[in-house]
Amino acid sequence: MAYSAGVDVGSTQTKAVILNEQREIISRSLIDTGANVVLAAENAYVAALRHGNIREEEVEYVVGTGYGRYKVTFGDTQITEISCHARGGVHMFPNTRTVVDMGGQDTKAIRVSPTGEVLDFCMNDKCAAGTGRFLGAAAAALEIPLSDLGPTALRAEKAVKISTTCTVFAESEVVSWLGKGKKIEDILLGVHQSIASRSLGLMRRVGVEPEVTFTGGVTRNIGMVTALNQLLGFPVNVSEEAHYMGALGAALFAMDRILSGRVPARENAA
Amino acid sequence: MTLSPAHVAGIDVGSTYTKAVLLDGNDEIVGKGLVKTGFRLAEAAERALALARAAAGVEPDDLAYVATTGYGRFQIPFRNVNVTDLTANARGARCLFPHTQTILDVGGQTMKASRLDERGKVRSFRLNDKCAAGTGAFLEKTARYMGFGTEEIGALAATSHSIVPISGVCAVFAESEVINHLSQGSSPADIMHGAIVSLVDRSLQLLRRVQMEPEFTLVGGILRFETMVRVIREKLGAGVNVPPGDLVQFTAALGAALLARHRWRKVNAAAETGALAG
Repeated sequence: MAYSAGVDVGSTQTKAVILNEQREIISRSLIDTGANVVLAAENAYVAALRHGNIREEEVEYVVGTGYGRYKVTFGDTQITEISCHARGGVHMFPNTRTVVDMGGQDTKAIRVSPTGEVLDFCMNDKCAAGTGRFLGAAAAALEIPLSDLGPTALRAEKAVKISTTCTVFAESEVVSWLGKGKKIEDILLGVHQSIASRSLGLMRRVGVEPEVTFTGGVTRNIGMVTALNQLLGFPVNVSEEAHYMGALGAALFAMDRILSGRVPARENAA
Repeated sequence: MTLSPAHVAGIDVGSTYTKAVLLDGNDEIVGKGLVKTGFRLAEAAERALALARAAAGVEPDDLAYVATTGYGRFQIPFRNVNVTDLTANARGARCLFPHTQTILDVGGQTMKASRLDERGKVRSFRLNDKCAAGTGAFLEKTARYMGFGTEEIGALAATSHSIVPISGVCAVFAESEVINHLSQGSSPADIMHGAIVSLVDRSLQLLRRVQMEPEFTLVGGILRFETMVRVIREKLGAGVNVPPGDLVQFTAALGAALLARHRWRKVNAAAETGALAG
């Protein structure tokens, strides 16, 4: 039995996924990336191996992805996270035509073909507005844990419109709304709507074709899922593995290479 | 009968700090006050003014006229008049440096370039208030990522020996950039220097768009960092004025106070004419 692995080194968190030859997820891991990116990639990989009780030599091919993919020193190759999210999204939801990936520092809209190829994509690579960081800034300003953001926003009665674009200024705007006596719930709903509307802007640039599959760390935020659903007018797909979608896509590509016999060195050994 | 010249004040309610300047009857600065703005703007303005009055020993009743400026100028109930910060800066800069043609104002959350006409009125201006990468917030964030406070920026950058290039595209994305540089062994001072150069590059873009001409006058809280001034001088060459000492932070408040004086005279003249006619 051969295994493949995908390691997704994101700006905020590093994820690893291990697949068997049936492309079933055997193990996964998630750690904070921190300052040492090489170490983060190693640690996430080792954690996934240990968790799945798999020896390193049983893994025939490793694909690195994410912004730190070139720091996956033990990886056999690197594939962009755009391809990996597309691949993972279509694997989990075969009718996916649009993938929206919301991570710690970037948001991407990807249009995919029925076979999972990337047709077009668009991302905010210049500015942190509309990314997970915007939520992080709001959480810091309101002094509540990230995991409470979504549930709190769902209790809102009337959204406070957030007018600033920049994440840095949004932090002060949130504080000033609080000072003006607005409720945390209503401010947070405004924050979620602001991010959802920016990501819809990105999606429109590639064309919003259903089904839309939502991937990345921000998928764990129920408020964000709800805001996207309301703005799009139909529900987005959110997989249990949404947070691991980049790593899953990478592991799927790795398994492709194993199964199509494109692993010359190790094949010879076998 | 004419009124004896009275005290007037200008209060600049900025996004980060609120500054007040008090002028005596001869338009000499007799008191200044600076407080954090926070989100209670009227309170901040009162406190800044109280500090300025205390410094000058002036009672509230001795104050004839108050002009407010800055982003919070409309929220100060005790003002007599409000003026835009572009107008206030133009007036303040021309008072300190009569040959000022172009003003660069870098504050905590805005950056503004304005070009004056021969009478000292604002002919054109460009501003950035949408993105923190083009404002003082960029330097504050960069400092904070390295564990330094805003007040340490000046001293930190002053010890730099070389420049670590910082892209300056986004104040949030700068965090990973800064951490990468630190982990590669760059010194915080050189990184701070790089962030300042990046901010100056952004300011040059704004200045070009108002067709800058010397003399330049630099104002705003961020210009209290000497490295910022030095880098701008390197890029612009001669003809760069910087108000002395902490006045660099009070130029808009000074301008507002001078405009308060102007307005007060007009109001009094009108009252006097009215009295004579009556």
